[in-house]
Amino acid sequence: MSASWRIGRRSFVDLLLGGGVIGSVVSFLYPVLKFVMPPAVAEAMDQSVVAGKVGELPPNSGKIFKFGRRPGLLISTPSGELRAYDGICTHLNCTVQYRSDFGHIWCACHNGHYDTSGKNISGPPPRPLERYTVSIRGDDIVVSRNS
Amino acid sequence: MMRAGLTFLLMTFAGVALGQDNCLDCHRELEDPAALAMSEDVHAQASVSCADCHGGDRTIETEGDYQLAMDPNKGFIGVPDPGDIPQLCGRCHSDASYMHRFDPNLSVDQVAQYWTSVHGQRLREGATDVAQCASCHHAHGVVSAKDPRSPVYPTRIPETCGACHADPEHMAAYGIPTDQLSEYRAGVHGRALFDRGDLGAPTCNSCHGNHGAAPPGVTSVSLVCGTCHGVQKELFAASPHQEAFDAIDEPECESCHGNHNIEAPTDDFVGVGDEAICMTCHGEGEPAYGVAATVHEEISNLKGAMAAAREVVDRAARAGMEVSEAELVLIDANQTLVESRNLVHAFAVEPLREKVEEGLALATTAREMGVAALAEVDYRRKGLALSVFFILLLAVGLYLKIRQIEERE
Amino acid sequence: MLSSLGERVFHWLDERLDLQPIQRFVREKSVPSHRYSWCYFFGGATLFFFMIQVATGVLLLLYYKPTAEAAFESVRFIMTEVSFGWLIRSLHSWSANLMVLAAFLHMATVFFMRAYRKPRELTWYTGATLLLLAMGFGFSGYLLPWNELAFFATRVGTDMAGKVPLVGRFLLEFLRGGEDVTGATLTRFFGFHVAVLPMMATALILFHLLAIQRQGMSVPLSQKEASTTNAGMPFFPNYFLRELMGWAIALAILAALASLFPWELGEEADAFAPAPAGIKPEWYFVFMFQTLKLLPATVAGVEGELVGLLAFGLAGLAWFFVPVLDIRSSREEPSRWLTLMGVAALLFIAIMTLLGYVMP
Repeated sequence: MSASWRIGRRSFVDLLLGGGVIGSVVSFLYPVLKFVMPPAVAEAMDQSVVAGKVGELPPNSGKIFKFGRRPGLLISTPSGELRAYDGICTHLNCTVQYRSDFGHIWCACHNGHYDTSGKNISGPPPRPLERYTVSIRGDDIVVSRNS
Repeated sequence: MMRAGLTFLLMTFAGVALGQDNCLDCHRELEDPAALAMSEDVHAQASVSCADCHGGDRTIETEGDYQLAMDPNKGFIGVPDPGDIPQLCGRCHSDASYMHRFDPNLSVDQVAQYWTSVHGQRLREGATDVAQCASCHHAHGVVSAKDPRSPVYPTRIPETCGACHADPEHMAAYGIPTDQLSEYRAGVHGRALFDRGDLGAPTCNSCHGNHGAAPPGVTSVSLVCGTCHGVQKELFAASPHQEAFDAIDEPECESCHGNHNIEAPTDDFVGVGDEAICMTCHGEGEPAYGVAATVHEEISNLKGAMAAAREVVDRAARAGMEVSEAELVLIDANQTLVESRNLVHAFAVEPLREKVEEGLALATTAREMGVAALAEVDYRRKGLALSVFFILLLAVGLYLKIRQIEERE
Repeated sequence: MLSSLGERVFHWLDERLDLQPIQRFVREKSVPSHRYSWCYFFGGATLFFFMIQVATGVLLLLYYKPTAEAAFESVRFIMTEVSFGWLIRSLHSWSANLMVLAAFLHMATVFFMRAYRKPRELTWYTGATLLLLAMGFGFSGYLLPWNELAFFATRVGTDMAGKVPLVGRFLLEFLRGGEDVTGATLTRFFGFHVAVLPMMATALILFHLLAIQRQGMSVPLSQKEASTTNAGMPFFPNYFLRELMGWAIALAILAALASLFPWELGEEADAFAPAPAGIKPEWYFVFMFQTLKLLPATVAGVEGELVGLLAFGLAGLAWFFVPVLDIRSSREEPSRWLTLMGVAALLFIAIMTLLGYVMP
């Protein structure tokens, strides 16, 4: 083989190898660097979530929020106190809601009623709603599960 | 007038000053079970004496002088006749102003109600084995109906009623069945009350009344059930069945769900299959047959769609994909299924179909989310497989380099 | 350009640390070249997978939460929310298995080549311990995701430990952090997995590698003549490039496995749920597990499982102390029967492992 061809082959191999090494390094570094940067939501959302903003709920109103894989119910009692509960009715797992006309929590499926402490007061629900802890962090209403 | 007042004062003082009920003391010493039971008795705690019901003189304390105490001239009646008991209890318990001294919330219509009941009527006719006040409340050691020890506390009512009503010998003369208690225990209400301790579940008195106990009349059945099962009652009332059942004197809810042994309803209750209750009255060819078949089919479709979606979402979750949104959608889909089952009581296709369509859309959405998640799993796998190719290229490059170096040598 | 930069850095360090001896050593280091030289590859492969484990393990540590309440959810978080979390996790799980496999193959080739004979006994002892540590890494790490499979496999595995005579009870409670597998077990296993075992492994690996550098590669008895006729292969660049190529292929196998069989999240462990059918420990324990299952209830009046454990214990001791027991190879003499025993042991392990998966 001629020297020039040999050199050509040499630099081809060097190029391939160099490219391969750099490519490999980049393709390893890229995922690693992305991995170490925390995702948008810094923690698993199953123990606590931001359920709303301070002032969002007027007294005697409520809203459903997403808490991991289940809906949660955030209410502002007629006296303006914020409380949060698991949003699933203890009867047949329909989603409960806050009724301002009743001033307490209600389930549409079989007319189950819960008072503003989550206790089942009328209708088929056999157990109270699980209660969550509400805290204020700056502007956010944070709801957390009790472990 | 003065003398009556003085006597009254004296008796009160005697009672208060002595603080004693000598009947009770003596009978306690004799270890009379009735007297011993009085330690937990609401009447005794309110200072009502034995003599207040049995008559006689409570002030006599000398032992051995029981004839002086248990003196018919002083009103002693001994063990009251069953037939006299309602009046005896009613002397106080129907007197509003008297009772309100002890508990302002106590109702005072028990005796009046009792006389309207089958028990009361039979008692008036002279029967001695029908229930009167003491049968259910007992006479000594009476506690409030809110006290779990009371024979008329919700969880104990079935056995109290059952003491007579489940006894074939006792009920032989009356010709009514004695299986109600065992039926009730096997049904959903019995299981809710006994197995889960759910005090919200109805017992005998919830449907039959307690003092005015009577079997519910035909028109009142759905009203009775409807006091708790309001949604179904309203749907039923607006359905073609309401008028139809009224016309033939059929007891509405009970016709399909039973009375004492109310079984947990399944989706097969409605439809045209073997277990379908619709087929008890409706035959093939009738319009109702078609409605029943369609209703059953719609619900089956919804369940099938939800199950399919659930399977896909679960697979994606097991693979480690984010599926919480899909889970929430499935919770909403489940709600439409619950509501569809309510809508069965409308006995019409349209409202139910609408609800089912809602549910089907949700199930489809959830399933699509699951499928998308699984597709992402696949995409990642393919990406990795591609990387294998590039890594092998690197290996080839190294191999060539080795060859190159060693060729030089 | 890069090489002149490299030279400048080397020179700067050399002025301060005197790297000449090291440079000389690397230049002169050679690897024996003979029919079985390819077997030398497995040690480096094990090290390669170990390094991947350390790297991916440290990355996972940034997000993993080692409590019974949070563990599963944190792994789910890694797999669903963290960028490329699924990749790092899948690599970690697969590389673990490949590391154990590579370690085992390495041990097997060393055994058959009698590389443990004098003067390399210490290398064997540290290596055997490292293989056991690798299995310990695998066992402790397997529990950490706190899913159904892991929970019950750990229960079964620690049950087996509890059956060891005399120390079984102590061993079981030491491993489990209590009577049963609970959050306490998880915390303890986490401690073993990220602190205790890495410390021990690092120390042993360093010794193992230093010993190899000091003593050079062992040559099998049958190849001694063949290898003396050639100078061997220079470690740098020839063998090193081959090693890198081997590592590239190993990496390709890892990526292929991770793509063909991505590691699942599973379902969260529930201590009160019944054990799912067909619970097995990890594959490298299956041969022991299956043997114990197949043993009859009693053997000569002694409880079957006890006999099995004692047999494994004795076999393990014999394996560990093979440099002492194999007198012939310390005299540089071949021993056919030892090779046969080794083959028999491998066959036994292979068949038992297969049965463990095939039998119900």
